[in-house]
Amino acid sequence: MFKRRHEPNHALTVYLDGDPITAAAGDMVAAVLLASPDPRCRATPVSGSPRAPYCMMGVCFDCLMEIDGVLNRQACLVPVADGMRIRRQPRPEPMALT
Amino acid sequence: MSPQYDLAIVGGGPAGMAAAVRAAAFGLHTVLFDEQPAPGGQIYRAIEAVAGGRPQDLPILGPEYRRGIALVEAFRKCDATYCPGTSVWQLTRELELGIVDAGGARMVHARHVLLATGALERPVPFPGWTLPGVMTAGAAQGLLKASGMLPDVPVVFYGGGPLLYQFAWQLAQAGVPVAAILDTGRRANYVAAAPYLPAALAAGDYVAKGLRLLNGIRRHRIPIMRGVSDFQALGNDRVREVAYRQGGTTHHMAAGLVLVHAGVVANCQLTQSVPCRHEWYGPQRAWRPVTDPWGNTDLAGIQVAGDCGGIGGADAAVHAGRIAAFEAARRLGRLSGDQRDTLAHPDRLAWRRHLLARPFLDALYPPSPGTLAPDDATLICRCEEVTAGAIRAAVRLGGTGPNQVKSYTRAGMGPCQGRECGLTVTEIIAAERGLAPEAVGTYRIRPPIKPLTVGQMAGLDDATR
Amino acid sequence: MTAGRDYDVLVLGGGLVGAAIAHGLTRRKLRVAVLDEGDLAFRASRGNFGLVWVQGKGRGMPAYADWARLSADLWPEFSAELEAITGQPVYYRKPGGLALCLSESEMEERATLIRGMHNQQGPKGYDCQMLDRKAVREMLPQAGPAVVGASYCPHDGHTSPLHLLRALHTAITQAGNDYLPEHRIEQLEGLAGGGFRVVAAGKTFAAPKVVLAAGLGNPGLGRQLGLNLPIRPQRGQILVTERLPAMFHYPINGVRQTAEGSIMLGSSQEEVGFNNSTSVDVLSRIASRAVRAFPVLAGANLVRTWGALRVLAPDEFPIYLEAPDYPGAFIATCHSGVSLAGAHALRYASYVAEGRLPAELAPLHVRRFDVQTAARTEPRAHRISGR
Repeated sequence: MFKRRHEPNHALTVYLDGDPITAAAGDMVAAVLLASPDPRCRATPVSGSPRAPYCMMGVCFDCLMEIDGVLNRQACLVPVADGMRIRRQPRPEPMALT
Repeated sequence: MSPQYDLAIVGGGPAGMAAAVRAAAFGLHTVLFDEQPAPGGQIYRAIEAVAGGRPQDLPILGPEYRRGIALVEAFRKCDATYCPGTSVWQLTRELELGIVDAGGARMVHARHVLLATGALERPVPFPGWTLPGVMTAGAAQGLLKASGMLPDVPVVFYGGGPLLYQFAWQLAQAGVPVAAILDTGRRANYVAAAPYLPAALAAGDYVAKGLRLLNGIRRHRIPIMRGVSDFQALGNDRVREVAYRQGGTTHHMAAGLVLVHAGVVANCQLTQSVPCRHEWYGPQRAWRPVTDPWGNTDLAGIQVAGDCGGIGGADAAVHAGRIAAFEAARRLGRLSGDQRDTLAHPDRLAWRRHLLARPFLDALYPPSPGTLAPDDATLICRCEEVTAGAIRAAVRLGGTGPNQVKSYTRAGMGPCQGRECGLTVTEIIAAERGLAPEAVGTYRIRPPIKPLTVGQMAGLDDATR
Repeated sequence: MTAGRDYDVLVLGGGLVGAAIAHGLTRRKLRVAVLDEGDLAFRASRGNFGLVWVQGKGRGMPAYADWARLSADLWPEFSAELEAITGQPVYYRKPGGLALCLSESEMEERATLIRGMHNQQGPKGYDCQMLDRKAVREMLPQAGPAVVGASYCPHDGHTSPLHLLRALHTAITQAGNDYLPEHRIEQLEGLAGGGFRVVAAGKTFAAPKVVLAAGLGNPGLGRQLGLNLPIRPQRGQILVTERLPAMFHYPINGVRQTAEGSIMLGSSQEEVGFNNSTSVDVLSRIASRAVRAFPVLAGANLVRTWGALRVLAPDEFPIYLEAPDYPGAFIATCHSGVSLAGAHALRYASYVAEGRLPAELAPLHVRRFDVQTAARTEPRAHRISGR
């Protein structure tokens, strides 16, 4: 959905669902996601519908992702680090209501 | 807890930076907390990185963005303690701030607090606004500033307002094809705005800037549709096309990215959580804290400056930040009232002059009727996925205000804490009950207003033992 | 202006207590108006934890222990019927509940309480047992090493209090009765010839009966009927996390996973008057205990915290009575509007409809406080002669 205008000055590697991708120092995790072929970050707990980053400034909480093993982090506010492991979040297992 | 700082500033945009520079110059022990990794706020986001590392992006972002360079330089040189990557999740009446950064959560006590938390893009609900591929125009602009990224799919703009046109122009400058600008604005807006035009012309280059943008967009032959309504983003797992009505017909258009904007509103989440007193500001159809001319709220020691006190724009915010710093210095005993008045005089003149542009812009770019009253099937609360119809049903059941409607529907209970639905819920209830939004009120905002884990909260207990 | 309808009962207060009673009256085909405050009232119903709880309740007051148990027994029928009528889920589940002990002394204290309840309830039996560390871990695999044991009661359960309130309001209104928010009571008057007149929102309502179910508003209403209702607010603070995958099958005192998946953590008992704000010292203590009990919770994001006010009598038990000088005025005041909703809807409403409270509720009459006050301050003989 997005592409970089220039090669990064300081390239580093992060892992999106296990696949290595190139990021630039200073990128937020959500930016790296939006430059990947699939901009989706998670499925919602309520309906399982897909979401992608929306506001990119920490307001909407739609860009929640698992980052270095921690669930539900705001990907638009977390700067990338070399070797960072980023995962799209599936819909959480709902409560059994019987 | 005894105060660690004379002045704590929240927000590293133009108002916060300008205030920090002045306050530190008076010898006030000043700290500035900001969520972003570098100073500048949203308007001058990543300005140091762009100026230093990607200067080729500067021409695209335009001359206004460059204004941030001097501001940030002055801020970097000042004696204020700067805490980037730090969120403020609570502010109490006792002027204790709950903060959280990479190192964890802690409480900080200041003698005086200045909130410069800026603005949010107004929520614009329409069918499909949660689809991947729908973003705010500010979000995409932020990607250009922070990462030098541009859309590589067909872009459709929807809504209105200066930022929408500015970013469309920036994309065109960068060679990104813009499929269309679908503007909800109607001819009546021009009529409504006309009486405010002379004041806006006196305010500076606002109107001239707008005309330059429009000319630029015309030169790039970007189609502009006006009076657009019934907008929808369509697609299954991401947006594929948009549909809208214009001139009595429904149109469809392919789109890979929909950029939405309908102006900005004051970010008063923190002031509402304390809570400071707020008022509904009709021309901007949003809440703002009630302040005196120096930015003091109704609560002693809590001050606001810049867009979080009501939208005035980045240039006004710089002056507002300085004015607030003079007042803080007076309150903290560094200036007499007379000294404050004398020192603040030039900034007060400039501030008032910039604000002259607002009534014109507010009247020219009001949120569209469809944004204020979406149809029943439209999701209003993105987090809890609550529709306008469910909210109206809750009003009929007996939800006379946002808090009971929240309790009935869960609208506003998700992680964004009502930031994306609060204004719309207030508008819908007001319309259903035939009341003014002011009479309907808003959600009671409860801390933590920024993410804090149970473990971090627990750590605050361990720390005090 | 007179409200243009005839009512059999005016229910003053539209929280869980008033709404449950009004729902029960509606079930009995009575014409009811529920008069409620607006959006920003002190609403225990919007702030509570959602437990339908039996264990530990009613120590020193067998009538309350029986009443709480009766309500828990009625809950399955009550909730199933409410869901069927309204088509709205209330997410009631009754897997039994646990009260965790995080130290040996807590364990001893809890065991003493439960033993005392066993003795008190005698032949009626008291279904609650102590579990050791291993037994708790089998039920709650997330329990951390700090968990020493727990008490477990199979009659405990939980529900969504917000869905419950919504379903009650729906049931009342869809049957043609009136739920009237923004109707704060301005005046309540017992009429000379019987019956009551209520002024709210500039309108006058009249009915042969009233139910005072206004929570912390009840003392003010009671005074208008010559009653002294010794009620005080007690603050409880609660934290709630984001929605998480299902992990807690059982409701626990202080930790409950809601139907939506969020986890509620509570709660405090604070005597701070009419103040429902939050404080970091209390919230952090609650969080700290929750993390000691369940270390897995440490990483969960908090979405919101809040304070809400319990409605407490001096002995913390409910107060039920028919006003002695104003027959037809029934008072219901308690802090367990969720737990007692079953009994309020299916029993108390019937008592109101029939115009008589049963002997079983007599120990919960407000006059018990007169007796206690007298017992503390006056010679016994004098008290007896005085009454």
